[in-house]
Amino acid sequence: MTADPLLRVEGLQVHFPIKRGVFVDRTVGHVRAVDGVDLAVERGSTYGLVGESGCGKSTLGRAVLRLVEPTAGQVWFDGTDVASLSGEPLRQMRRRMQMVFQDPLGSLDPRQDVESLLSEPLHAHGLGGGKAGIAERVRTLLDAVGLPSAALRRYPHEFSGGQRQRIGIARAVALEPDLLIADEPVSALDVSVQAQVLNLLEELQERLGLTYLVIAHDLAVVRHISDVVGVMYLGSLVEQAPADDLYAQPLHPYTRALMSAVPVPDPVVEESRERILLAGDLPSPADPPSGCRFHTRCPWRQETRCDDEVPVLRELGTGHLVSCHWAEEIRDGVLTPRSAEEVAATMGVSIRATGAENPESDALVQGLDAPIERR
Amino acid sequence: MIIEDVPPDAVDRSGRPVLEVDELTVTFRRRGEQPMRAVDGVSFAVAPGETVGLVGESGCGKSVTSLAVMGLLPRRGVQVGGSVRLDGRELVGAPDRALRELRGADMAMVFQDPLSSLNPTVPIGTQVTEVLLEHRDLSRKDATAQATDLLDRVGIPDPARRLKEYPHQLSGGMRQRALIAMALACRPRLLIADEPTTALDVTIQAQILELLRELVVDSGTALVMITHDLGVVAGLCDRVHVMYSGKIIESADRHELFARPRQPYTGGLLASVPRLDGVRGAPLHPIRGSARDVIPWAEGCAFAPRCDHAQDDCLTEVAGSTVPLEYDGPGRELRCRHPLEYPRSPAGATAAGAAR
Repeated sequence: MTADPLLRVEGLQVHFPIKRGVFVDRTVGHVRAVDGVDLAVERGSTYGLVGESGCGKSTLGRAVLRLVEPTAGQVWFDGTDVASLSGEPLRQMRRRMQMVFQDPLGSLDPRQDVESLLSEPLHAHGLGGGKAGIAERVRTLLDAVGLPSAALRRYPHEFSGGQRQRIGIARAVALEPDLLIADEPVSALDVSVQAQVLNLLEELQERLGLTYLVIAHDLAVVRHISDVVGVMYLGSLVEQAPADDLYAQPLHPYTRALMSAVPVPDPVVEESRERILLAGDLPSPADPPSGCRFHTRCPWRQETRCDDEVPVLRELGTGHLVSCHWAEEIRDGVLTPRSAEEVAATMGVSIRATGAENPESDALVQGLDAPIERR
Repeated sequence: MIIEDVPPDAVDRSGRPVLEVDELTVTFRRRGEQPMRAVDGVSFAVAPGETVGLVGESGCGKSVTSLAVMGLLPRRGVQVGGSVRLDGRELVGAPDRALRELRGADMAMVFQDPLSSLNPTVPIGTQVTEVLLEHRDLSRKDATAQATDLLDRVGIPDPARRLKEYPHQLSGGMRQRALIAMALACRPRLLIADEPTTALDVTIQAQILELLRELVVDSGTALVMITHDLGVVAGLCDRVHVMYSGKIIESADRHELFARPRQPYTGGLLASVPRLDGVRGAPLHPIRGSARDVIPWAEGCAFAPRCDHAQDDCLTEVAGSTVPLEYDGPGRELRCRHPLEYPRSPAGATAAGAAR
């Protein structure tokens, strides 16, 4: 890796307390949404974060921006620890890191027209150089994201989903940030429109020299746009590698299963490709399994180490990090996978649905992807 | 687990189709507004053991088609025309009582959002046995035993305990399995799955698709799969109908369709999805505009405003010059005047489809 990266996350933890009780809020446990993640995003590159709903990827993105308070750990942005900032310095810092949200309609104020939406961040940070300057800047922005200037007087509901996402992107790049965090930027859009937005993001990166942290559940999308990809499972990073390496040779069993589960729009490939079905559901993040967190569903689980020893991220090959005790053996085919039924049988009833123990964590398995914030 | 591919012809497919849909139209009327035709002359048939896919983006009428087949659209303000036959029995205009008897027994449906299609105040067990008690002469005890069996078959561990639980206690994948168990309770001849995996994660989606695939092979159920995901279609469906703005614009066997899409819209859809097995960084070619930019079918082709192959005769001001759905080689039908020609790469189809 070259000189200092733009964003460095060290040992980041975000735990949400689970509260019970009618009169007194007793804390009965914690949902460990993000549990010790280290990552670094190089300047001008794109880091893609993938994982299923409930793995903590969105919470991680929000914690970087301090939209949720990290429980522990540091977020270094261009040499400054964001986690220790507050008040005006934090606000100034946020100008340089912006976010694009998943639901374009939900993240745009329905009572503001596009001009007001796009000029608000400029006003807030005193940029753009007065009325005329801001008007000029807003027009340039619209042009950059491919919307007609007639859009200025219109309201979010008058646009289609793809156009709304363009407005969201325009708002995010209005302040000329260095880092753009895109949380599921295309998952709410139709297929034909998804590609338009992806192309726009790539084009903007090239033109403005942006650094992206893209959070998505769609592996194909992440691979398309990212330089480095990190795979998350239950709050921690299980594998990280340059996009090409990861897809050419996934080393962690979870990554392999995840990639084999993505359908390919080609019947010939569909009929021949390897499928690894996982047993059961994601375990509850409030009560994660001991040892390797994936061992309850892992087709390659071994009798020793997996159940009680937490694997650490180690480097196998250039920049290819993986947290699995048996990564080399699995790669070389020494160990063979077992079927999902066998895994389920050996693990018995310990594979509980996420929602079973505590209904609060229920949203995690529905693909709603919003972190559970209980105050 | 590595699953061997299932032979597609394990079940006898001879004989008449289970479901025949003929020139189905659905029109929504509201006072003070123009009538809105959501489904505009859709025809297709499904044989036993066959899986037919209806593909399209939001607003193309695929879900309304399925609701019309099931007779689940409200009577008020909705006009259903054409014909829907289940084993030769006409369903359009059939009395509610007759439809009620068929739904759940001979035809069943799996919906997109499993949480909102289950009753949150009733245990799973009651909801599954309800179907059996309604349509089969079973005692409560037998029905419960059968329900346990069903949950086991769809892969829910510890089914006896699960029967007593409420929908919120199950995970998304479990709920969808429970819903599939309910749909299959009476061994229906026809199963309609409306985006059954859209709300689920990929690993769970793979489990559910595998389950559906097994069920079709084992029981010879005719399956109508409604989805926007071309990957799901490629793995599951025998025959694919692509819909746009209420009409079928291309039908073909899946191999034909994915190898040689003829409608520029189908080609555009394929070119705009990033593929996991393709070359990284290959540029995407989106279709320009959005599904809102349509013209009425009566004036030619609704896709013409977004199509890069459109020529003058695709867009006419003369009413009644709809582009017809025509024979296009064996097993294929196409609604297009200027289709994609082969050999040439389908990716080039919308090469000029830059963002608007």
